[in-house]
Amino acid sequence: MPRLWPPAVLFAMIGLAGLALPLVQFKANRIVPGEGVGLAALPHGPWVMLGLGAALVLACPDRWPAVARLASAVAGLIAATLMLGMAASHLPPAGNSLARVAPASGFWLLVLAFGLMVADAVNRLRPSLALRWVMLAGAVALAAGILASGLLDGVSVMREYATRRDLFGREAQAHLALAFGSLGLALLAGIPLGIAIFQVRRWRGPVLGVLNILQTIPSLALFGMMIPVLGWVAATVPGATQAGVSGIGTFPALVALFLYSLLPVVSNTLAGLSGVPAPTREAAVGLGMTRAQVMAQVLLPLALPVLLAAVRIVLVQNIGLAVIAGLIGGGGFGTFVFQGLGQTAMDLVLLGALPTIALALVAGIALDLLVQGTRRGAA
Amino acid sequence: MIRRILPALAGLALLAFLISPGSFAPLFQPFTRNNAPAIYTQTSLLSLTLSHLAIVALAVAASTVAGLVLAILVTRGAGREFLPLARTVTAVGQTFPPVAVLALAVPVLGFGTGPTLVALFLYGLLPVFENALAGLSNQPAPVAEAARAMGLTPRQRLWQIDLPLALPLLLAGMRLTAVISLGTATIGSTVAARTLGEVIIAGLLSSNTAFVLQGGLVVGILAVLIHHAFQAAEVRARRRMGLD
Repeated sequence: MPRLWPPAVLFAMIGLAGLALPLVQFKANRIVPGEGVGLAALPHGPWVMLGLGAALVLACPDRWPAVARLASAVAGLIAATLMLGMAASHLPPAGNSLARVAPASGFWLLVLAFGLMVADAVNRLRPSLALRWVMLAGAVALAAGILASGLLDGVSVMREYATRRDLFGREAQAHLALAFGSLGLALLAGIPLGIAIFQVRRWRGPVLGVLNILQTIPSLALFGMMIPVLGWVAATVPGATQAGVSGIGTFPALVALFLYSLLPVVSNTLAGLSGVPAPTREAAVGLGMTRAQVMAQVLLPLALPVLLAAVRIVLVQNIGLAVIAGLIGGGGFGTFVFQGLGQTAMDLVLLGALPTIALALVAGIALDLLVQGTRRGAA
Repeated sequence: MIRRILPALAGLALLAFLISPGSFAPLFQPFTRNNAPAIYTQTSLLSLTLSHLAIVALAVAASTVAGLVLAILVTRGAGREFLPLARTVTAVGQTFPPVAVLALAVPVLGFGTGPTLVALFLYGLLPVFENALAGLSNQPAPVAEAARAMGLTPRQRLWQIDLPLALPLLLAGMRLTAVISLGTATIGSTVAARTLGEVIIAGLLSSNTAFVLQGGLVVGILAVLIHHAFQAAEVRARRRMGLD
C-alpha cells in the first residue's frame, strides 16, 4: 500500500460525490425548479466520468510530482466545464428556446475538488514570483478563451448574458468605476491624512476613532443614507451639482465606498510610516534632507508594502460591497443580483455574482503578488 | 473613564428606543417627507433586533466551534499536512464577497433565514479559523518544552496550555466575525430573513430616510457595543494568561 497524501484523499471524496450528484439542472423555463441530469446520461458521459474518477483516485498516493497534480487538476476543471457546455447544447430539444440548463451541485463539487487540487499543487510547487504571475495570467486567459469560444453559450447564465450583452458591459464598467474610483479617492485623501496623523500624534485617537465608527455602520444603511445627504448637498450648496454631486445614480454609492475605504488606507499609512526604523530616518536627516525630502524619498518608499496591503484590502472589499450599489440604483453587478433575487431567477443572480467573485479573486491574488514583489524589493 | 460611560449611555439609549420607539418619533420626524411615519411599525423593532441578534449569535457560535475544531485538527498529527492548504483556502475564501455568498446560498436553501445563516457561518469561519490557527501555532518554544517536561499528555496540553493561550486571539477572531456578521445580516433581508435590514430596505423603497437612519443606528450601536464587549473579554483573557 503506497503512502497516501491526505489532502488528495479529501479532494477525491469531494470529487466522487460530485460525480454521483447531478451535473446540471434541466428546467422547462428560467423560473421553475428543474430535474437533475447526471454526467452518465450525456453522450461520452460515462467515459468522462471514468476519466475524472480515475484522476481523482490516482492522485491519492503521495508519489506524484506537483506538476503532474497541477496538470491533471487543470484538465479536470476543463473537462467538467466542457461537459457543462455540452449538456447545455445537447439536452434542450431542437427549437426549444425556453428550456434552461443550469450548473447543479455535481458541477460545483467537481469545480471545488479540482480547484482545491490546483491550490494544493501550486502550494507544493512553490513557484517563483514570476511564475505565479504567469500562472495567474494563464488562468485568466484560459477562462476568457473558454467563454469566448462559445462552448458554454447554451448554459443558463450565458443565455441571460446573451439577452443583455450591452447592459452587462455597462454594469461591468459601472462596477469597476465604483471599486477603482473609490479606491483612488481614498488614496488621494487617506495618504495625506495618514501622514498628518503620523506627524501630529494627538490627532491619531480622534481620526482613527471616527473612521472606526464609520466602519461599523452597516453597508446597507450607509448606502441608503448617502442618497438624502448628497441630495441635500446638491440642492443647497451652490456649484455642487455642476461638480457632479448628486443624490441619485452612482455618486452616493461611490461616496459610501470611499468612506469605508478610508480606515484601511489611513491606518496602514500610519503603520507603514511608523514601521520605518528610527536610525534610517536619522541617517536621512543627517544627510541634510529636508522634512519633505525625508517623507518623499525615504519614509513613503519604505512604507510602500504596507500601503499596498491596504490597497489589496480596500479593492477586494469594495469589489464585494459595490454589489450593494445595485439596491440603491447605483449600477454594477449588484443590479443583476437583486433583480434576479426579486424574480427568483437564479441564473440572473449568477450573472451578477460570478463576475464579482472572479473579479475579487483575481484582484486579491494579483495584489498579493504585488505586495510580495515590493517586500522583496524593499528587503 | 469616558471609554466606559459612552458605551453604557449608548446601550441605555438603544434599550429605551427599542422598548418605546414611539417616544423618539420627534427626533426622526425631520427626516421624513409628506407626513410619512417617522418610526417603523410594520414589525416591532424589538422583535426584529432580537431576531437579528439571534441569527448573528447562532452564526458566530457555529463558526467559532467549526473554526476552532478545524484549527486544532490542522495543527496536530496527520492533520498537519492540511495546514498549507487550509491557509490558502482561508486567504482565498476571504476574498469572496459576503453578498455574493448570500445570493448563491439562496438556490440551495430557498428564501428566508436559512441562506443568511449559512452565508454568515461560512464567512465567519475564516477570521475565527485564521486567528485560532495563529494562536495555536505561534506559541513560544519554552512553553512547549515546559509542557513536555511536565509530562502532559497531548490532550492535557491542548486543554491546559494551548487553548487558554490561544483564547485572546480566538476572541479577537470572534469579534471580527461578530461585527462583520452584524452588518452583513442586514443584507439578509433582501432574501427575506427577519433582521433589521427590513427597516432599512423599507426606508429605501419608500424613500423614507427616517427608517434607513433608525435601522442603521440600531445596528451601528449594537456593533460598537459588541466590539467593546469582546475587546474587554480579550483584555481580561490576556491578563489572566499573564500576556500583558
